Amino acid sequence: MRRYFLNIWEAISTIAKGMGVTLVHFTPARKSITIQYPDRTPVPVVETLPERSRGMLTFDPDVCDACSMCAMTCPIDCISIDRERVEGAKGFVLKRFDIDMAKCMYCGLCTEACPVKPKGLEHTREFEGATDRMEDLILEFIDEKKHRELVEKALKKAEKLKAAQNEE
Amino acid sequence: MRYFADWIIENLEFTRAIPSEYVYLIIMVVGGLLLLLFVVPMAGALTFVERRVAGKMQSRIGPNRVGPQGIFQFVADGVKLILKEDIIPTAADRRLFKLAPYIVFVGSFLTFAALPFSQKLIAADLNIGILYIFAVSSMVVVGIIMSGWASNNNLSLLGGMRSAAQIISYEVPQILSVLAVILLTGTLGMQGTIKAQGWAPQHWFLFHNPFAFIAFFVFFISAVAECNRIPFDIPEAESELVSGYNTEYSGFRFGLFFLAEFANVYVISAVAVTLFLGGWNTPFYLPTGIWGLLPSAVNLAGLITFLIKTFVLVFVCMWLRWTLPRLRVDQLMTVGWKYMVPIAFFNLVGTAVWMLVWGDKSIAALLGG
Repeated sequence: MRRYFLNIWEAISTIAKGMGVTLVHFTPARKSITIQYPDRTPVPVVETLPERSRGMLTFDPDVCDACSMCAMTCPIDCISIDRERVEGAKGFVLKRFDIDMAKCMYCGLCTEACPVKPKGLEHTREFEGATDRMEDLILEFIDEKKHRELVEKALKKAEKLKAAQNEE
Repeated sequence: MRYFADWIIENLEFTRAIPSEYVYLIIMVVGGLLLLLFVVPMAGALTFVERRVAGKMQSRIGPNRVGPQGIFQFVADGVKLILKEDIIPTAADRRLFKLAPYIVFVGSFLTFAALPFSQKLIAADLNIGILYIFAVSSMVVVGIIMSGWASNNNLSLLGGMRSAAQIISYEVPQILSVLAVILLTGTLGMQGTIKAQGWAPQHWFLFHNPFAFIAFFVFFISAVAECNRIPFDIPEAESELVSGYNTEYSGFRFGLFFLAEFANVYVISAVAVTLFLGGWNTPFYLPTGIWGLLPSAVNLAGLITFLIKTFVLVFVCMWLRWTLPRLRVDQLMTVGWKYMVPIAFFNLVGTAVWMLVWGDKSIAALLGG
């Protein structure tokens, strides 16, 4: 019998307590903790991410040595590199440097393997890669024009080196 | 409405030519359409309000894209529901399946005929108003079982059966607690019940005596259960039954179920306001004659008072919904039969004893001398 009335009292008091909590949340004092992604955020979400977060990869062909360490390190082979030797220049010149971001698992091993400084391959904070077509996610960093540019650059560099050696 | 019809027949020349029955008929049809015009947008708007309230209570924002602050969200939802394909499962009982949503909606819409809005604004002030309301709102359960059965789906059937069990068991405490009020007023009419109360809170039946006070809560909880709303929404428990009796419905028919649910929320709030919270009573007196009808300020004040009280109770329904978890079936039955029914009986007997000892004097009257 005592249990019966205790139950009633418990029901009333706990419901009152719960409703108090929800009422506090209902008042304007509690602001919403959600944001209206993507179009009504106070600042772009990318800017709120930590400095070292791993987003889409970016590549700088001008500092790259074409050593292809990144492609070898990549556990899922999402980086494909074609390189060629140029007559009269040292080392390799990049012909193709594609990263398939659809395959990439953002492990960051490629950026760590990159031996040049500053790094040629790095993560950006950009993460909004959604697209209708998978092919759009293959980032092609070297096109025909860039390739020619790189060849010229390599030749120039070789010439300079030669000139320097001659002076000695 | 009757008042209005009588006035038209008495005062307008052209109506003399037609028999008064036809005039009544036309006015009632017009009145019904007006009510429909009130109920449908109101129920739609309540879905939007409910979602915003839910958002606020869960520290979210809620729908706010369609129109300013998203107030046209319900229009968009309604248009979407109407445009959607109306799928009827092959294994379903086609005729019952098609009919069921209309019965559910009609069951909750019919109650509006006896719901008061203000002093003179009521479709039909039946002398058995409250009885009528409970009678027609019981039709909803027929529609729900029908939809559960006709869907030919185990989840739907289970939902329908649960709903039936729930509505039948909660109707008992609900009507018992209404009986306590009927004892106090001695009338079953809605307007009569309101007239027996005053505008000030101490004249409301809620504070008439301790038994009536408890009766209000018993009534309100049972009414929420009758609406199949959380925490009593086991007929459509998403986690167990997908969506219960309306699992197989889509498009317009699904929309009708929703409309009926939100119309029901308004109905139970309006009935609770009528029975316990003083209805449309305002401190102003009502002028006589045709000026007592719509345009009068007093009538308007009554309407506003009534609507404010009702929507406060509607808000309480939403508040409950976003606070409490769903009950289990056995818990539901325990609450209904072991707690609600005895308490309701206690109230009924208590009110009777109160009236035997003190007549219809309220606590305020006793204390005030």
